[in-house]
Amino acid sequence: MDLHAFLTKAVSLRFEIAAVILFGIGFMNLMLRHNLIKKIVAFNVMDSSVFLFLASQGYIDGRIAPIAREGIVGAEHYVNPIPAGLVLTGIVVSVSVSAFFLALVQRLYKHYHTVDFDEIMIMAKKKVD
Amino acid sequence: MSKKTDALRRFSGWVNGETAGHAAVRREAARIEHKKLLPELDEQQRIRLFSWQYKLVALVVCLTVVAVLLYTVFHLPLFGDPENPAVNEVVQRYVEDGLEETGAVNMVAGMILDYRAFDTFGESSVLFLAVTSVMMLLLRDARNIVRDEDVQEEHERVIERQTSDIILQKVTSLVMPCIMMFGAYVVLNGHISPGGGFSGGAVMGAGLILLGASFGIDKVRAFFTMKTFRRITSTALLCYAASKAYSFFTGANGLETGIPLGTPGAIFSSGLILVLDICVGLVVACTMYGFYVLFSRGEI
Repeated sequence: MDLHAFLTKAVSLRFEIAAVILFGIGFMNLMLRHNLIKKIVAFNVMDSSVFLFLASQGYIDGRIAPIAREGIVGAEHYVNPIPAGLVLTGIVVSVSVSAFFLALVQRLYKHYHTVDFDEIMIMAKKKVD
Repeated sequence: MSKKTDALRRFSGWVNGETAGHAAVRREAARIEHKKLLPELDEQQRIRLFSWQYKLVALVVCLTVVAVLLYTVFHLPLFGDPENPAVNEVVQRYVEDGLEETGAVNMVAGMILDYRAFDTFGESSVLFLAVTSVMMLLLRDARNIVRDEDVQEEHERVIERQTSDIILQKVTSLVMPCIMMFGAYVVLNGHISPGGGFSGGAVMGAGLILLGASFGIDKVRAFFTMKTFRRITSTALLCYAASKAYSFFTGANGLETGIPLGTPGAIFSSGLILVLDICVGLVVACTMYGFYVLFSRGEI
């Protein structure tokens, strides 16, 4: 593939590439942060990247939103409605999971007086020993 | 005012893993007590747990994942391509026959609340489960009371009463009816315009949160208690389950459901979608407000 074709493709797939980069940023932070709150934020960034990817896959050039209009009948006039439904599900699950994580972190903070993963692990180990 | 910035500073300190602020003096003492458990261990153990090997492996794994994903992305169909294989006969069916079969002008609503209503029921149950587990973790009832926290709670409540912000309260009382009306509008028009139960419920939940944040949670408790919360969420979920079970049993077996689809575009149209939207909206609104009060107060 020559450079021009490659660049055209990259520009065309800009949303998907942005989603992958966001996913990488989120994943990296999830692995490397010591702070549990920041881990949860990173997890949310990963979620958002997946939503961006799905939404961009549903778009079709020159078509209108999937809300039926008078006189416009036929699948070739509307964008794909399925990714919208999937993203909706994803957002709801992401909200629920973040709330659950945050509640767990609050409990951990009340018990260990820190949100640092390392310190919690050390204290937990000490207690077991 | 300075008390509010103090609270903000304490919160950001908490996010950054520090313990600061006036209420944290006791915490600091407890923390020092904790630290006595591990004299001098902090540094060594930290090195052992998050050593450079771990960081290196994490970096390599992340970069590999990103590289593989980027390689895959370059083999995807172009953005906005009508020949995208995701646009298959399922989409065609939803778009072409959806209006006739579900009566919903908004095809996404028709899809998630009719063809895939079972999936959406699972979604609402996930929200319900999330708020239940947060409640299990954070609700301060007879079995989960820490004296220290109660004192702090009382202290914060006193501050809240003293620093009631008149501008915020006036603006809230002006904006609040509009927010609730807009939320109800979005819920009730879910099948004929963009929106639906989830977005409208989130708007209404945000309105409740605004009310709680400006007037204090005790004011909201005048009409929204634990009992109301329980009743609304469980009734809405049961109503959803019952109505969808009925239409699944009858509709899937080709029997006559007896649910009129109405004229597309009217408020009372599209069969059960309006009912399901209202149920979902109530669950989402209660859940959003429930999260807020559980995290800020530990009680609804």
